[in-house]
Amino acid sequence: MNATAENVIEISGLCKRFDVGRGGSRRTVHALDDVSLTVADGSCLAVVGESGSGKTTLARVLVGLESADSGDVVLAGRPVARRPRRAERRARARDIQMVFQDPNGSLNRRRTVEAAIGEVLAVHHRVTGAEARRRIEELLGQVGLRPAHARALPGELSGGQQQRVAIARALAAEPRVIVLDEAVAALDVSVQAQVLNLLAEIRRDRRLTYLFITHDLSVVRQVSEEVVVMRQGRIVERGSTDQVLDHPRHPYTVLLRDSAPRPGWRPRLSGDADVREVEA
Amino acid sequence: MTAQTLARPAVRRRGGDLAERLGPLGIAALAVVALITVAALCAPLITSHDPAVGSVLERYQGPSAEHLLGTDQSGRDLLARLLYGARTSLLGAAVVVLLAGTGGALLALVAAWFGRYVDALVGRVLDLLFAFPNLLLAILAVAVFGTGLGQATVALAVAYVPYTARVLRSVALRERRLAYVQAAELQGLSGLVVSVRHILPNIAPQILTGAAINFGYAMIDLAALSFLGLGVQPPTADWGLMVSQGKDSLLQGHPEQSVLAGVCIVVAVAAFSVIGERLGGRKAGGRA
Ligand SMILES: Nc1ncnc2c1ncn2[C@@H]1O[C@H](COP(=O)(O)OP(=O)(O)OP(=O)(O)O)[C@@H](O)[C@H]1O
Ligand SMILES: [Mg+2]
Repeated sequence: MNATAENVIEISGLCKRFDVGRGGSRRTVHALDDVSLTVADGSCLAVVGESGSGKTTLARVLVGLESADSGDVVLAGRPVARRPRRAERRARARDIQMVFQDPNGSLNRRRTVEAAIGEVLAVHHRVTGAEARRRIEELLGQVGLRPAHARALPGELSGGQQQRVAIARALAAEPRVIVLDEAVAALDVSVQAQVLNLLAEIRRDRRLTYLFITHDLSVVRQVSEEVVVMRQGRIVERGSTDQVLDHPRHPYTVLLRDSAPRPGWRPRLSGDADVREVEA
Repeated sequence: MTAQTLARPAVRRRGGDLAERLGPLGIAALAVVALITVAALCAPLITSHDPAVGSVLERYQGPSAEHLLGTDQSGRDLLARLLYGARTSLLGAAVVVLLAGTGGALLALVAAWFGRYVDALVGRVLDLLFAFPNLLLAILAVAVFGTGLGQATVALAVAYVPYTARVLRSVALRERRLAYVQAAELQGLSGLVVSVRHILPNIAPQILTGAAINFGYAMIDLAALSFLGLGVQPPTADWGLMVSQGKDSLLQGHPEQSVLAGVCIVVAVAAFSVIGERLGGRKAGGRA
């Protein structure tokens, strides 16, 4: 990794509060509390933390689905508006895309795979018709799906296949960064490993940057060299994956690690031959 | 080599799916609706009588080869009036359902897309409309805008909007939060495009089942307005009007007109309700 690589994401002092509850039980949740971090171009930063620690909120603010109360975000060298309007969001989507947790909900169940990917191609690159079909086929190939899958509806695909389509849709915008919010959490372990390998492969080929959100520490080792630990909207620890997971400094990280299903588990990285799924 | 077993369920056959959900009773109801519709459309082929023309000399005749169901107080052919009356009743209810469905879907999509204050405002307006009984609202509107089928349908449509909007709003809100909508929003697509291209098709089943349920109610309410003299005006043939005009005949010992029209209304309403219930039940965007 190039030590002098520029930062593709620079976040400083990001705050986001939500008012929850009504009447007497009304209170303010600090979903993001003075969050600052940088992500180097071409790297993968894992964000871990328990449920409600603000991981999704961070992702949503980054891609412009949520506006921060204060703080600054610089994406690919350009400062982004705190309250993004539509045109700004569209421009930002060419730099940063997101893959969502819920594989069932991440695709419109009434539109084909082709339509889902084609929409992104048309919006960002004005690619339509035969050229779009060629690109869609290419993208499906890159995520290990066959051209025939273009005509499928989400209901005809497995969870893993749906998530591959969601990845292909994100790739269609040709972004520099992809935010993966629990992108493999809903998949069973063997499919999870396949998708993780696929993601690693794509990142290498396309020189992409990942912000990889997960609550699963065993996944962190497989995907990323660096990790930040979030708790109650704050970043409590940051460092290389091995350092943070093997020698955590913050007591919360220790707790998180010890409550993981298999503490200290180091998966043996499977070969790339296992990536492609074989169709009967 | 790990071979992932591919879950690839057979593509759901929409036709078979529909028949399954309707069940035998639902299919029978669908047949009744189809029969009424065909009869209304083919009225001139079924009878050669003009529903608005009759001879007083032929009043209150019993069934005969000439008048299969007999005649009314003005000597008009009852079968012809029922057939042509079906046109008015179906058309009126269809317009009510169409307008209420469109208005309800529009409010639901706007409330779901913008959320927050807009959603709260839509909620208040719906509450206000709910506070008025349907017919009262319609009567009020007719009092302001005048009597007639057009006024009555628009007034009823307005009265039905809260029922459709309430259910559609909750399903639209559910879709709004799903990742596919967020993914489209993230691309910088406009609210209009995301709502129409993505959310609308996914709430369409609820719109349709709501329409089926409302259709029956709209027929009753339109008939009631006609009965009160606020809807369809004579001499137009209409089932509700036939029931009301049959009042005097009833007293004179000729209940046929009111009974026949009443039976038609009941059968049609029941058929539409069964279809609506089978398709979506209480979850549909129809009147509770
Ligand atoms: N739209 C919202 N309205 C109100 N509160 C919200 C909203 N979004 C998030 N929150 C609150 O902000 C906090 C952080 O939520 P967030 O979804 O970012 O957590 P998370 O780390 O992604 O959790 P999980 O692992 O369960 O996905 C939570 O307390 C949540 O209840
Ligand atoms: Mg989350």
